[in-house]
Amino acid sequence: MTSEIILQAIVTGLMMGLIYALIAAGLSLIFGLMDIVNFAHGEHLMLSMFSSFWLWSLFGIDPIFSIPITILLMAICGILTHYFLIRYILKAKMLIQICATFGLSIFIRSIAQLLWTPDFRNVENPLLEGRLEIGSVFIGQPQLIASLVCLVAFIALYLFVTKTETGLALQATAQDRHAAEILGIPSNKMFAIGWAIGLGCVGIAGGMMANYFFIFTDVGINFALFAFVAVALGGFGSIIGCLYAGIIIGLVESLGGLLIDPSFKLLYVFAIYLLVVIYKPQGLFGRY
Amino acid sequence: MNDKLLTAQAEPLWNTDKKIISLIAGIVLLLFALPHLGLNSFYLHLMIMIFMHAVMAQSWNVIAGFSGQISLGHGAFFGIGAYATSFFYVQYGISPWISIFFGIIFSGIAAVLIGIPMLRLSGHYFAIATLLIGISFQVVFQRWDLVGAASGLWVPMTSGDSWLALQFHTSKMPYYYVFLVFFLITFYLVWILSRSKLGFRLRAVRDDPQAALSLCINVSNYKIIAYVISAMIMAPMGSLFAQYILIIDPDRVFNIEISIIVLLITVLGGIGNVWGPLLGAAILIPISEYSRIYLGGTGGAVDLILYGLILMLICVFRPDGLISFVPKNILERKKQR
Amino acid sequence: MKILSVENLSRAFGGIKANNNISFEVEEGSILGVIGPNGAGKSTLFDLITGYTKADTGEVKFFEKNIYGLTPDRISNLGIGRTFQKLKPFADQTLLENVMIGSFVKEKNIKKARDKALEIIDFVDLIEKRHHFAKELSTGQRKRLEMARAMAIEPKLLLMDEVTGGVDQKTIPGLVELIKKLKKSGVTIVTIEHNINIIMEISDNILALDQGERIAYGSPKEIQNNKLVVDSYLGTFDAA
Repeated sequence: MTSEIILQAIVTGLMMGLIYALIAAGLSLIFGLMDIVNFAHGEHLMLSMFSSFWLWSLFGIDPIFSIPITILLMAICGILTHYFLIRYILKAKMLIQICATFGLSIFIRSIAQLLWTPDFRNVENPLLEGRLEIGSVFIGQPQLIASLVCLVAFIALYLFVTKTETGLALQATAQDRHAAEILGIPSNKMFAIGWAIGLGCVGIAGGMMANYFFIFTDVGINFALFAFVAVALGGFGSIIGCLYAGIIIGLVESLGGLLIDPSFKLLYVFAIYLLVVIYKPQGLFGRY
Repeated sequence: MNDKLLTAQAEPLWNTDKKIISLIAGIVLLLFALPHLGLNSFYLHLMIMIFMHAVMAQSWNVIAGFSGQISLGHGAFFGIGAYATSFFYVQYGISPWISIFFGIIFSGIAAVLIGIPMLRLSGHYFAIATLLIGISFQVVFQRWDLVGAASGLWVPMTSGDSWLALQFHTSKMPYYYVFLVFFLITFYLVWILSRSKLGFRLRAVRDDPQAALSLCINVSNYKIIAYVISAMIMAPMGSLFAQYILIIDPDRVFNIEISIIVLLITVLGGIGNVWGPLLGAAILIPISEYSRIYLGGTGGAVDLILYGLILMLICVFRPDGLISFVPKNILERKKQR
Repeated sequence: MKILSVENLSRAFGGIKANNNISFEVEEGSILGVIGPNGAGKSTLFDLITGYTKADTGEVKFFEKNIYGLTPDRISNLGIGRTFQKLKPFADQTLLENVMIGSFVKEKNIKKARDKALEIIDFVDLIEKRHHFAKELSTGQRKRLEMARAMAIEPKLLLMDEVTGGVDQKTIPGLVELIKKLKKSGVTIVTIEHNINIIMEISDNILALDQGERIAYGSPKEIQNNKLVVDSYLGTFDAA
């Protein structure tokens, strides 16, 4: 095994990790805000990829240009999710909350299967194509751009949450929604914003991946699982933790696949999850 | 000593209303007589599926409803049970009647091994971990050559009906009785459990682990006990299902759909209630089987759409499940206000 | 005979010393009142004694046996019961079931456990509410529920966190009577109280805490005349 191959795996893992990080950040934001894990996160990702696909297939808009539309659609989807489902279960037991979003995930996925069949699709001849060769390492252009866009989006999200007024209001609601309400921050509105932003992140990730990933109805499952792992690794509710955790997962996945056996990629990531939550239940990094 | 105390102590421990007992006895007798009342093989199949899913959901009810831990990967124990009987029959010719117990034991051991590290986790962490575990089992069995990897195991067919090999080709009736007996035994045992000291302590762990600790309850041990019991209830259903269809593969018996449906049935029927899983299965299984017949053809997605929708509706409108429509005093609690 | 002795117990959360070098002893059969303003470290002290929080340093002895480092379930098994400031009833179960979970510790037989639970429920004067769900009870009734549940494990020592806090005025005398009755039945009690009149009335000894420090420890008389206590606590109380 040469060092080039390992370097290649590291680069691939890093690029994938940045995408995981952004997906996880959306999940983490929602969790931090209202203590609800969105078990339909993977399906939301799938929807965003399909949004990108259909915009290309029906209207000929290249995924790179349809990103804003996808973000908008996903943000609306987030608000609708909150409005029609989440706000009814805010005070329910955790078990009911889990079952509700789990039900949503089954619902979205199977509706998608009914409408679009489980076939694999992909965007043909996107603007972003080809690969760069740097030294002996090949870097797919769409992958590279996707991961950079995700990184930028991630930084923007982080600055938004920590620096802007709305972001601080979100944090206040996350810490104590009753106290925040007394200060005049309407928690319901904050929750809706949280869902819009959370799924907006997924919209960016999904839209970028539509450039080079196969698009099918089950595509979200693995991404959602990795996002759960990333959120737990990073500490539930911590956004910056997702960045590190996403990268760790990306590296574990690609290096594990390279060094041990690629068919057990999922298991390495799960093993990391178990190790972390058992020995450090609060995650590797703190909140926010 | 005062009168009120004496009256209270004189109350029966449980509501042992004669009418209800005779009603249950009547239903059990009816269930035994049913195949002889001219049920065709579709209805026999329907009943078998109801029994099976009621038990599977009961298994989930023990861990989630009694001890409050949400397992999203319960299909793993179903798969272990299915593989145990099939593997030992295919490989060594051991009768499924014996290897059903292997399945139960393996499931129990797996539950201990998974439970010891994981039940220290609570809430979402545990739910996610079990989701991962369930998928890991599927991945491992897909790649495990000894048990046929992705193509699974084909149980060699006996030439005729055989009780020893637990295979029946001429009629579904023997299967019906096998499933019925397992169903009755399981429900009876869980009903006993729910009224035992163990049942009380598990509910304490579910409702408030911190308070349970102050009452000498070792919370993590009790969670593991519940998990093991739950796994051991699930395994024989996997075994019987394998005998029923005689061909198993990882995508079928470790499918995440199994983990979903047990959760759905229990939540639909009423979580934490012994009768919830039965009610849930009796309602959902016919819906699912009929939707497969009448709406099928477009792929298996239609029943899943319904599952998802029902699950959300229940969570929003009836978090205590449909059983909450039945007055409490009929079911369990002797409430005298 | 000393039932409980706490020696140099300390616990810090981050930079905040929740408990700093706390020592005191409790005689069997007596009532120790713990007072102090909010954030004085009273509830932390309970959590340290019962194993819910690990101490940084110090020792807790129960009948000369060091119980430091044991898990809460083992400590309760030795005979230390407790209630919680933030009430923790088993909400989806009836009062009777709540107390039975406690009485099952000493009684294996379900009928006997039930009868014993009923006796205790009668003792706390809630017998008519026995089939009500815990979530349906009032705050005062839930406090009694927690006391009954803790009593059901037949503790030798009972730690009670703010029995009279958050309940309406009318219920307080009943709760005070209950504590006295409990003492008479031979249980040693450590109780956290905000109501200074009550604490003076029922306690044999008082421990006063402020900002994690022990500022006074002695009989109610001594406490009343202790300048530190008056300054930091009684003074503000009177003003309120």
